[in-house]
Amino acid sequence: MGFVCENVNFINGVIRPLLAVSVVFLFGFAGVVAQDAGEVDTVAVDSAAAIPPNVTPVMIKDLAVRDNPNDDGQAVRLNWHLSADDHEGGKVTSYRIMRATSLDGEYIEVGDVPAGNSSFIDNSTEDGTDYFYKIAAINSLKEDGRLIWSVMSESDPVGPVRSSAQWFDLQRINVFVGVIFVCSAILYFINRAKSGKALFIRKIAGLESVDEAVGRATEMGRKIFYIPGINDMDNVQTIAGVTILGRVAQLAAEYETWIEVPVCKSLVMITAKEIVKEAYAKVGRPDAFNDDQVHYLTDDQFGYAAAIDGMIVREKPATIFYMGAFFAESLIMAETGNASGAIQIAGTAMPSQLPFFVAACDYTLIGEELFAASAYLSREPRLLGSLKGQDVGKAVILIALIVGVVLESLNVFQFSRWFSVID
Amino acid sequence: MRREVPLIITAVVGIVFVIQYFIPHYPFNKLNGWFSDWFSIIGACAIWLGALNLLKISADKVYRKRSGWGYSVVIIVSFFVMAVIGWLGGESFRDFGTSFDWMYRFVYTPLSSTMFALLAFFVASASYRAFRARNLEATLLLLAAFFVMIGRVPVGDAIGMKLQLPDAIMPSSIAIWIMNVINAAGQRAILIGIALGIVSTSLRVILGIERAHLGGD
Repeated sequence: MGFVCENVNFINGVIRPLLAVSVVFLFGFAGVVAQDAGEVDTVAVDSAAAIPPNVTPVMIKDLAVRDNPNDDGQAVRLNWHLSADDHEGGKVTSYRIMRATSLDGEYIEVGDVPAGNSSFIDNSTEDGTDYFYKIAAINSLKEDGRLIWSVMSESDPVGPVRSSAQWFDLQRINVFVGVIFVCSAILYFINRAKSGKALFIRKIAGLESVDEAVGRATEMGRKIFYIPGINDMDNVQTIAGVTILGRVAQLAAEYETWIEVPVCKSLVMITAKEIVKEAYAKVGRPDAFNDDQVHYLTDDQFGYAAAIDGMIVREKPATIFYMGAFFAESLIMAETGNASGAIQIAGTAMPSQLPFFVAACDYTLIGEELFAASAYLSREPRLLGSLKGQDVGKAVILIALIVGVVLESLNVFQFSRWFSVID
Repeated sequence: MRREVPLIITAVVGIVFVIQYFIPHYPFNKLNGWFSDWFSIIGACAIWLGALNLLKISADKVYRKRSGWGYSVVIIVSFFVMAVIGWLGGESFRDFGTSFDWMYRFVYTPLSSTMFALLAFFVASASYRAFRARNLEATLLLLAAFFVMIGRVPVGDAIGMKLQLPDAIMPSSIAIWIMNVINAAGQRAILIGIALGIVSTSLRVILGIERAHLGGD
């Protein structure tokens, strides 16, 4: 114990003053070295350590600042050429980005990037305000997360620059052109169909068999189940699914066959109920519609699958339609339906679920066929016209693919860049 | 008016949604979020309709003693047990260690997992049917499936090494080639068709040409 006390006294009385003198001396020495080198703007060190000689990095070059393009404002983009010391084993560890609202104002740190980076987006600006920027190339040493020493060389300030919001995202110009083209083609063919021009639409086996499937349920005196997927009304597949439901419900109403629509989203229930009710009214049988035909089960994916499976096993429907967005529950339901002996027609635009439906169902509408089903079943000229317009879009994409393959094979990469989409 | 108002709302919202994708300026940059919030609010209100519908149909089934009415009793009891436990838990009912959390982790999660686990058996039975070599297409499918499956398990390459096959025709290389070339090409073709189908359907709905989802032609 006495030994410890004596050593503490020794440290306080002798070592600490010596250390203090050494630190003051080394600080002074480092400052002299740095001033001699003539490249240090600021020096910051930990109070207990010294800066080794020749560690100050060369400042960055050609700092350019501009409003960040194609955004909703409040951002300035900075680009610069890396410091000559920014290389493997070089003197730059990071860059510090500093900003002020006047040339000689107080520069505050707005961010930093590791060495090797030559751009930064300042996302904290106020639109309409002038900003000046400078960048410091930093060399620092840390041990166990503690800063031992740090030196930096600052660039000259650059500015003023103002951030602002843009009225058009130029990075999406290719998407814009594509949308305009496809929409124009669709509208053109819709108008053409309105004028009475006959349009050829290839046969879709799955849709041709809808009549047969409903008829089978009528003959067997069993139910039809219609499953509109597990997504809500904000998914276009669900919209396509409930659109087809209208046509199927109309057929079922004509044949006086019970169609049941168990759903897993409340909004889908409300929509589907309205559609089925309307279908019954349209064929002159509004009284045959029962409110319970369209009913809610659960929002839960596997809870829904379990409920459907139970209904299929217990009630043995003659026909099951799966039309909409499906995920892992697709095969659980379709295999149970297959085992129960029901005729099954599926349609989805989820590529990963298509093989399951193809394996388990009698007919499958693959991707675009789901979206074409409404037009196909109704034979309404304007709807059929839209399919034709869609085909024109497909033809153009096909040509672009062929041209792209040829040009890429010939080492010409510019063409494919026209088709890259920025999210 | 019953038709016109939804059609006008659909058209306005649809066009605004298309425009906001190209315009980053306020207020277009906020529209997506605002509309999503409104959809969530409407969905939250509508969930009561769903829950009440479920209870009504289940209660009716029990009352009339229709076939399978026992399952409806389970639905009603489960519904109220979960709801009451949630309400009794107050604002922090979802916190770790609460009764609701216990029910969620030890009743709901195992039930969901059990359903998901059934998928493995359904995949086996569906594969058996799909891979029967009845015609040329089914045979090609069978061969592709064979190489993909054998290439995805270590024993595939072990056999390849035993047979001293070159790297290019090792089972894993063949599986990767089938997935990255043949499968990816097919999937992309389907995706292009889907994208065009979505554009076409959306346009029909926005322009009011497609009205079946509103309950009419």
